[in-house]
Amino acid sequence: METTTNILYLFGGVVAVLSALTVVGEALRGRVGPGRTNPVVQTFLTRLMSWWIMVILFTITALLGPVALMLLFAFASFAALREFLTFTDKRQADHLSLALAFFVILPLQYVFVGYDLTGLFTVFIPVYAFLLLPIVSALRGDHNRFLSRVAETQWALMICVYCISHVPALLNTKPEGDSGQTVLLIVFFVMVVQIGDLMEYFAGRRFGKRRIAPSLSPKTLEGMATGIACAAVTGALLSWITPFGIGAAAAMAALASVTGMFGNLVFAAIKRDKGVKDWSHLIPGQGGFLDQLDSAIFAAPVFYHVTLLMSG
Amino acid sequence: MTRKTPLYRWIAARFTGHLLAFTARFITAVRAEWRGIEPVDKQRVYFANHVSNADMPMIWTVLPHHMRAKTRPVAAADYWLKNKLRAFVGPEVFNCVLVDRRPEARTDDPMAAIRDALDEGSSLIIFPEGNRNMTDDPLLPFRAGLYNMGQSHPHVDLVPTWVANLTTIMPKGEVIPLPLICTVTFGAPLHVGENEDKDVFLKRAADALVALAPERDL
Repeated sequence: METTTNILYLFGGVVAVLSALTVVGEALRGRVGPGRTNPVVQTFLTRLMSWWIMVILFTITALLGPVALMLLFAFASFAALREFLTFTDKRQADHLSLALAFFVILPLQYVFVGYDLTGLFTVFIPVYAFLLLPIVSALRGDHNRFLSRVAETQWALMICVYCISHVPALLNTKPEGDSGQTVLLIVFFVMVVQIGDLMEYFAGRRFGKRRIAPSLSPKTLEGMATGIACAAVTGALLSWITPFGIGAAAAMAALASVTGMFGNLVFAAIKRDKGVKDWSHLIPGQGGFLDQLDSAIFAAPVFYHVTLLMSG
Repeated sequence: MTRKTPLYRWIAARFTGHLLAFTARFITAVRAEWRGIEPVDKQRVYFANHVSNADMPMIWTVLPHHMRAKTRPVAAADYWLKNKLRAFVGPEVFNCVLVDRRPEARTDDPMAAIRDALDEGSSLIIFPEGNRNMTDDPLLPFRAGLYNMGQSHPHVDLVPTWVANLTTIMPKGEVIPLPLICTVTFGAPLHVGENEDKDVFLKRAADALVALAPERDL
């Protein structure tokens, strides 16, 4: 009951923030003047619209509880893997191993997370999928670009399944079985990473100067610093829903945010390499699931392990 | 289709149609890229590359409802009349124009059914290569049908339509389809020029189609 109330409080808070941002966005659009558009403001508003939908969906899932969250992230993994593998190096000899990745490895990973089989879920993809899939591909006897094919498939699984599954794995970090508080921990994680990203994007474009990787991404030092600071403040303000104190919650939020931003940078490099602008067009204004999740993907395992350390 | 269909079969056909479109969207997240045309209700012949039996359902899925209702795929009678299920899905769900591709079994002109469908105002989906392309070339040589349609119905837009990625989603000989993202790209419409030679036009049409293919498909 207390969890439900807390989720609804947070939902109210986020709705207030989104409403304020929407008002600001519309005001900025009004200032541009009729008949003209500012692409930064336009993107900001389209993104906000997607945000409204994602926030509502995520809130409903969090209210439904752990099983719903598990299914939500399993679906996110599926959508992300579909986007990633669309662009990786593959030949017909990989058909069976790719089918195994989608229909066996992905569901098994979430079953292991769901049943809290920590020993299995932490090694299943990095060790057993890593060994099994190249065997399946090799049995088809095609050596062309073999290493790059199996390596890119493994990368896809690590990123889209292994890393993402660390978000619902947070549900297992409370040994006493208080699932309510761990649901809130997921809400905390998602909120701080996304707020950091959003502020980094906006601050970077407003007053960012020094680019950290000019050939890859428009990310600037100033934008990142603002984003991380905003994430830390949000983390401190939300410390009451976490098992951490105020300072620790701020530090966790800053850590998740900075890891996420570098994850975003890594994805920018992959997209440049593969010649794609967005991974797909499933989320209006944001691109695909991977464009939306790239920072959470990188931040999740780090956040999970530090949480374990702090509660252990 | 002058044959009167009972209401329950009509409902079953619409339901199956929505189910197939939903499945296609769920598995491949298939989407349309309207590069050369707008998604508006206009009589067109969509001519596409053909690598798999899933090509036609993919194009059919990305057409908005108001266009889908007036668009009929041209398909092989020997394939779609083979059993009762196919005879339901082909003619009733997809509303196919069935053409017999076996010259020895043919009783009437195969182009007649296509001309009738164009005369009644339907748009068509055709695969001008005739057969599925199992080679490494992006396209097989086009049959003359596209040219004949362009000549007999010069007001109809001939729209090149590239279905990307299906060779990887379902290569020949594999059983399980991979849920990768499929994109259907519609190019700018073509028309047969005055006095344009058949081979010149077919070459122009094939070039326009290949130009839509993403690099990884070639």
